[in-house]
Amino acid sequence: MARVQFGGIVREVSLDFEPEAREGDYVLVHVGFAISRIDAEEATRIQETLDEMDRLGGDVPDDAGR
Amino acid sequence: MKYIDEYRNEKTARRLAAKLERLVTRRWVLMEICGGQTHTILRYGLDQLLPEKVRLVHGPGCPVCVTPLEMIDRALYLASRPNVTFVSYGDMLRVPGSKSDLLQVKAAGGDVRVVYSPLQALEIARAHPERDVVFFAIGFETTAPANAKAVWQARHEGLTNFSVLASHVLVPPAIRLLLKSPRNLVQGFVAPGHVCTVMGYREYAALSREFHVPVVVGGFEPTDLLEAVVMLVSQLEEGRAEVENQYARAVKREGNRPARKLVTKVFRVCDRKWRGMGFIPRSGLRLRRKYARHDAEQRFDLTGFSAEEPAECRSAEVLQGLAEPIECPAFGKRCTPQHPLGALMVSAEGACSAYYRYRGWEVIPEGGLP
Repeated sequence: MARVQFGGIVREVSLDFEPEAREGDYVLVHVGFAISRIDAEEATRIQETLDEMDRLGGDVPDDAGR
Repeated sequence: MKYIDEYRNEKTARRLAAKLERLVTRRWVLMEICGGQTHTILRYGLDQLLPEKVRLVHGPGCPVCVTPLEMIDRALYLASRPNVTFVSYGDMLRVPGSKSDLLQVKAAGGDVRVVYSPLQALEIARAHPERDVVFFAIGFETTAPANAKAVWQARHEGLTNFSVLASHVLVPPAIRLLLKSPRNLVQGFVAPGHVCTVMGYREYAALSREFHVPVVVGGFEPTDLLEAVVMLVSQLEEGRAEVENQYARAVKREGNRPARKLVTKVFRVCDRKWRGMGFIPRSGLRLRRKYARHDAEQRFDLTGFSAEEPAECRSAEVLQGLAEPIECPAFGKRCTPQHPLGALMVSAEGACSAYYRYRGWEVIPEGGLP
């Protein structure tokens, strides 16, 4: 298990499917599991999208792409 | 940061739309599979930005929406049992079964709990050995590895009070069914990016060859989707039919190997009924016999459930791209997110719900609903 920060929240996430992820890496997390490693630019961009959606006050699907 | 600007920039979106305008010479019908993508398309009004000749229809890629009524009824039956703690993702709670929903069962005293990961369901089972903990394992290929891990772990730990009600579905067999239908209108597909993160896109290459249909693995940003549409239309206009990967920053051709390996270890392919589409051969996953002890369908008697969809609900046609949500006479009137007739209106990823939220004003009378 690893500690992964999402915005301001830290959650325990399983690295079973991304065993090579290292401290400082960005991962795409789905239902508590890292399923892909992504580069820093992509991660920043996702965070910006989420921030923008927060600003718009809209609701985002809980779990897009399940 | 330049990279980010390229994706968020409205200019990029307009440039892609203009490029599309130049490319298109005929009418094309494209389908995005994933409910998350449907949501983005409606949210950002991409369908309005496209040239008139390019039409997007919205596929069956919302796991909540395609879970059959019988399966919801089984969940309701289990959740009502006094010795059962029923654990689910939050978005299943308001999905109507034949008579009730999980939220009502909870309100009536049923022990229903919401988690965001199957690992939390395992924790509940560890903490309450006296309870029969059942996890509602729904989803596409993206979620299957996590649910497989929970079952594998339960067996490994000897956690005999943990089981899953599995209703897993697979995307490629549904695309195959759509393509084989004589009523099919779809000429190109945006394949679901997150499903492909796990599974890779070899199966889509096979579909593309067999049906001579272009497929582009797409991401979830507005410009991702526009770019995927440009790639599809380029293929169609040039008479090509192949698989291309627009979402290469997350998706590798072979997918996620450890995840796929565990899914194969725990699950086997089975026939499955989809809400709105009916039985599709080899379109689902169920637990292998080795894990029968953790299979709620083996543990409890869940036979004898059958249910009919409300006759008025046109979800079946919407899921196949044969009708738009706003063409349904019940849309926004007798069917709303607060009082859904069918599952496409329940989940935020469902096409009807997305239309209600972002295009409802087109059909809902001024001053609100009657």
